[in-house]
Amino acid sequence: MQHNKRCLIGLFSFIMVSICIITILVVPTDKVKAFSPQIIQQGATGDDVIELQARLQYIGFYNGKIDGVFGWGTYWALRNFQYEFGMEIDGLGGTKTKQKLEQVTKFNKEEVHKNMYAGQSSSQNNSGTNNQAANNQGGQPTSVNVPQGFSQNDIQLLANAVYGEARGEPYVGQVAVASVILNRIESATFPNTVAGVIFEPRAFTAVADGQIYLTPNETAKEAVLDAINGWDPTGNALYYFNPDTATSSWIWSRPQIKQIGKHIFCK
Amino acid sequence: MFRWISILLLVIAGVGVGAWGYKEHQEKNAVLIQAENTYQRAFHELTYHMDLLHDKIGTAMAVSTNERLSPELVEIWRITSESLGNVGQLPLTLLPFNKTAHFLSQIGEFTYKTAARDLENDPLTPDERNDLEELYKQAEDIQQELRNVQYAVLEDDLRWMDVQLALATEDEPMDNQVIDGFKTVEEKVEGYEEGNVDSSIFALTPEREEYQSITGDDITKDEAIHASKEILNLKDEDITVTTTGEGAEVPMYTMSYRDDEINAYMDMTKKGGHPVTVIMNRPLQNQTLSLHEGALQAEEYLKKFDLKNMILFQSSEYNGVGIYSYIYQDGDIRVLSDVIQLKVALDNGDILGFSGRNFYSNHYDRDIPSPEITEEEVLDYVNENLTVHEVHLSIIDNDFGEEILVYELLGSMGDDTYRIFINAKNGNEEKVEKLSSVEASFS
Repeated sequence: MQHNKRCLIGLFSFIMVSICIITILVVPTDKVKAFSPQIIQQGATGDDVIELQARLQYIGFYNGKIDGVFGWGTYWALRNFQYEFGMEIDGLGGTKTKQKLEQVTKFNKEEVHKNMYAGQSSSQNNSGTNNQAANNQGGQPTSVNVPQGFSQNDIQLLANAVYGEARGEPYVGQVAVASVILNRIESATFPNTVAGVIFEPRAFTAVADGQIYLTPNETAKEAVLDAINGWDPTGNALYYFNPDTATSSWIWSRPQIKQIGKHIFCK
Repeated sequence: MFRWISILLLVIAGVGVGAWGYKEHQEKNAVLIQAENTYQRAFHELTYHMDLLHDKIGTAMAVSTNERLSPELVEIWRITSESLGNVGQLPLTLLPFNKTAHFLSQIGEFTYKTAARDLENDPLTPDERNDLEELYKQAEDIQQELRNVQYAVLEDDLRWMDVQLALATEDEPMDNQVIDGFKTVEEKVEGYEEGNVDSSIFALTPEREEYQSITGDDITKDEAIHASKEILNLKDEDITVTTTGEGAEVPMYTMSYRDDEINAYMDMTKKGGHPVTVIMNRPLQNQTLSLHEGALQAEEYLKKFDLKNMILFQSSEYNGVGIYSYIYQDGDIRVLSDVIQLKVALDNGDILGFSGRNFYSNHYDRDIPSPEITEEEVLDYVNENLTVHEVHLSIIDNDFGEEILVYELLGSMGDDTYRIFINAKNGNEEKVEKLSSVEASFS
């Protein structure tokens, strides 16, 4: 009996000691891998967001997809976490919040990344891991931010139209052409969709002669994003034309706003 | 022998070319007919819808009970939107056909406004009855004119592809019946527009003066150039400056600069010299700043231009840049239409863009009423399956362009987040938006 008891105590202390050793071993490595010093804000993308989502998921606050983009789901999860742990509820991944998360959760980077890319095709998987190796920022998010009301495909279609119409124009001229398309969508007298406005017969020469099917470059896409996000250098123009090649006399009768690059923009 | 062979080869080649040419011709015709058919369909549908629209407005006027009126108005609304769709498919953008489209959108707006309200308790006013009658007459005339054009098209076998050609070569004398017919339709509508000015159809959107918040003395071109060099951080470069034309909402100077690497652009109001649009495009280096640090830069910038009481509304990171929206806060009330957008380069924190158009054109000193519903009461107006996380008092523009005081509720249901606006005066649900700012990447 006595012997047994001593045995049990021995076993117990052995377990305690090993737990201590494991904790000492694990915690520092965990610290190395933990968050960068940045404050993580809604809308952010990248490695820290992946870790934030993984840690929130580990502790049961987040049940969405781990995709590396700080969207609304992550935001509410983070706020709930801050509420439950009696912290200031600001929805920001600040120093205190991150420390608390590191204390109460575990994060295995390799495992999380492996699961993240598992749902994707092998080619994307490869590019993901390559980027990971090449870029010390770490994991490539599997989602992207999109402006409210527009999908990636809408943006692509707009970029096609802008590239076809204005690829020779300065950057601002490309933002301006994108703005005109968006102003037409808003206007009561034009169709209400991206495709409706772009493919309206005789509306854009690039559509008529097929240049819209050229592959747009990154500049055209960035110009489209700027226009969607609220930049309108044209001042609410609905029409534009090239004064050197315009054939219609009607277009000259529109009140002109300004010229950007080769195009005159008008109401 | 050799001669015979070459003759034979030539004959074969000739026949081959002929056959190929014939096939090409056939294919071209097939494509042309396809395009023609699309136009014909849109046009005939448009005339049919105008017929229907006229009949339906007549029916709506004859309906005796308010209970039956709502579905009739909804039907008119549906037909106007389909007619607008037809107009959008006709090759007429370069013809001034926008007045007819405008007429259609007016009927749409009128019927939407009346159909969406509770006609049992709030029936059509005599003024609105008059408007409906007016619209009925206009629809009749437009219908008649369109029928004339349709008759000409069918009788003389007119082709829309010919209209295309006529439009493309406009310096030739135009006697195209379709174009002439549409011009008549357009003139009819124009005639009504002038007569309609006092009507309440036009009073749907009360125009408030735009750009009220712009104050100060007019600045000169040189002052504008000087200020833009400062803002765009271009010290010695040659900046082109132009002034806006008669179509501009407010007179502005436009400064621009372009070289191999960068393209800079800026709009500044003549009055007071307020920067309205700033765009700076340059190649980006590796990202060193977080989205949050970018926001601090954006806030510095707002301070520099003395834009006070602006709070961060939304932020997103795209390929090395941060895009931020700031909205104006009046006391503790958020004004969602007074919005300023900023774009910050996350390599060194430079401001790559500033857009104050919405802010400057909307902003004014508001006299905001106090809400008649309390923050606790408003929760009774929302769907019980929704978990509400945040409640704000806000000012938004409703469907008719009027500013209203609302409770803005942010809540989630399942995995989705919603923004719900409840009128702070009467508890009406003004708008519900599903917030989707993240999409699975395709690339």
